[in-house]
Amino acid sequence: MIRCENVAKTYSKQDRPALDSVTLEVAKGEFVFLVGQSGSGKSTFLRLIIREERVTSGRMFVAGKDLSTLSQWKVPEFRRGIGTVFQDYRLLPNKTVSENVAFAMQIVGAAPKEIAREVPEVLELVGLDDYGHRMPAELSGGEQQRVAIARAFINKPQILIADEPTGNLDPTMSVGIMKLLDRINRTGTTVVMATHDDKIVDQMRKRVIELENGIVVRDQVRGIYGYSG
Amino acid sequence: MRAGFVTKEVLNGLRRNITLTIAVVITVAISLSLLGVGLLANSQVRVMKDYWYDKIEVSIFLCGELSDSPTCSGGPVTVEQRAQIESDLKTLPIVANVYYESQSEAFTRFKERFKGTALVDNVTADQLPESYRVKLKDPKQFAIVQSAFSGRPGIESVQDQRTILDKFFKLLGVLRDGALAIGLISVVTAALLISNTLRIAAFNRRRETGVMRLVGASNFSIQLPFLLEGLISAIIGWGIATGILAALKSLVDARVAPLLTFTNFFGWADVWNASLLLLLTGLVVSAIASFLTLRKYLKV
Repeated sequence: MIRCENVAKTYSKQDRPALDSVTLEVAKGEFVFLVGQSGSGKSTFLRLIIREERVTSGRMFVAGKDLSTLSQWKVPEFRRGIGTVFQDYRLLPNKTVSENVAFAMQIVGAAPKEIAREVPEVLELVGLDDYGHRMPAELSGGEQQRVAIARAFINKPQILIADEPTGNLDPTMSVGIMKLLDRINRTGTTVVMATHDDKIVDQMRKRVIELENGIVVRDQVRGIYGYSG
Repeated sequence: MRAGFVTKEVLNGLRRNITLTIAVVITVAISLSLLGVGLLANSQVRVMKDYWYDKIEVSIFLCGELSDSPTCSGGPVTVEQRAQIESDLKTLPIVANVYYESQSEAFTRFKERFKGTALVDNVTADQLPESYRVKLKDPKQFAIVQSAFSGRPGIESVQDQRTILDKFFKLLGVLRDGALAIGLISVVTAALLISNTLRIAAFNRRRETGVMRLVGASNFSIQLPFLLEGLISAIIGWGIATGILAALKSLVDARVAPLLTFTNFFGWADVWNASLLLLLTGLVVSAIASFLTLRKYLKV
């Protein structure tokens, strides 16, 4: 699903590469934790996967597309196959929960009927059946993140990218979010999650990739968080 | 994206930026009005040219007793010379019609023109030249008449009234060019304001556009609401500008035309033509400004 061959990324006017000679492969349906200190290259790696940045050298294949040669106008279509979730939820504050989720379908031109059918289904999946008419500001952080996950998942992506989805949440809420991501992973969706939360990583016992100064220093099946930082 | 969804987003965008929307509408209205005034000035100059050139003539003065031009060395024009000139004039295809003014007719006109001055008492009919008043089908073809007749025995001089009018129209032309230049400059200002407004709108809505990009909205569908907002503002501004031009036309008809009877004025057709041109200008300028701005500020 994701294959990196000697990938390097250097931001201009910066000597040290953010990522250097990263070679790895993530299979379909896998759940991968991406760990490492701030500035280790986790976010850069995720940005490369959703083609928000281009690789400086090396080759990167995501969802069957060669991102080093993917032309700019094909990027939107490519991104429809990838769901993204962030630490700060990124909901639209002036739209209701339902509208926020529906937005992702409207953007790709889905029929109103289809939207009316799918949105409640996904809200039920994330456990927010009765929250459709609420505004994001009325919800707790954990609930907002569920809305964000619902939005990321509604177009049935092959890959779900999560950049510290539990970063702003207390442990109880975090567990709920992780259960949800696990459920989504069980539907066959590949999940790549960057995190600082050692308890979650140790609990889930999934594959762990650790980055340090842009280099993969550990790639472990059923790994643990592993460092104290 | 569905039309209903886009419409909703556009209306939302216009409402959320209401002060800027108003600023754009007013700027577009004013700049298009100024450009429209320039276009109407252009029409007016054309109408006046048609009106006046239609009335001007070429005068061919024949030799009289007092003529001292070298072509008049043989004394006053003879009957044969005059007959030859007249028949030559009538066979020229560019000539519309020819009118002969005798010395006594010239004297009558002279007396009328200088009524009450001492000149009238000191001039007699035989001192004034007889002349042919020639009307050309196209007043610009004076040179042909000039080369055919000036220097011929019996003809003192060939005069074109156009040379007098040309100075007048040159002045009007300068005024018209000035009006058009001001109009164009203000259109550029409007374009810059549209561009700036869209930049602010893009910044205000970076959350939405960010989410749109994340869920895979195409560049076009991200930019479309902004583009439509710019175009709608431009169209409203154009509507106001057309109203202003129509009001101007009514004002000219009601107040100015009765006072200035020496010329015609531009018609409603000129107003509608100008309006159409303004619509095109508004749409093209707004589209270009939007396109350039959005390409820069709404990247995938």
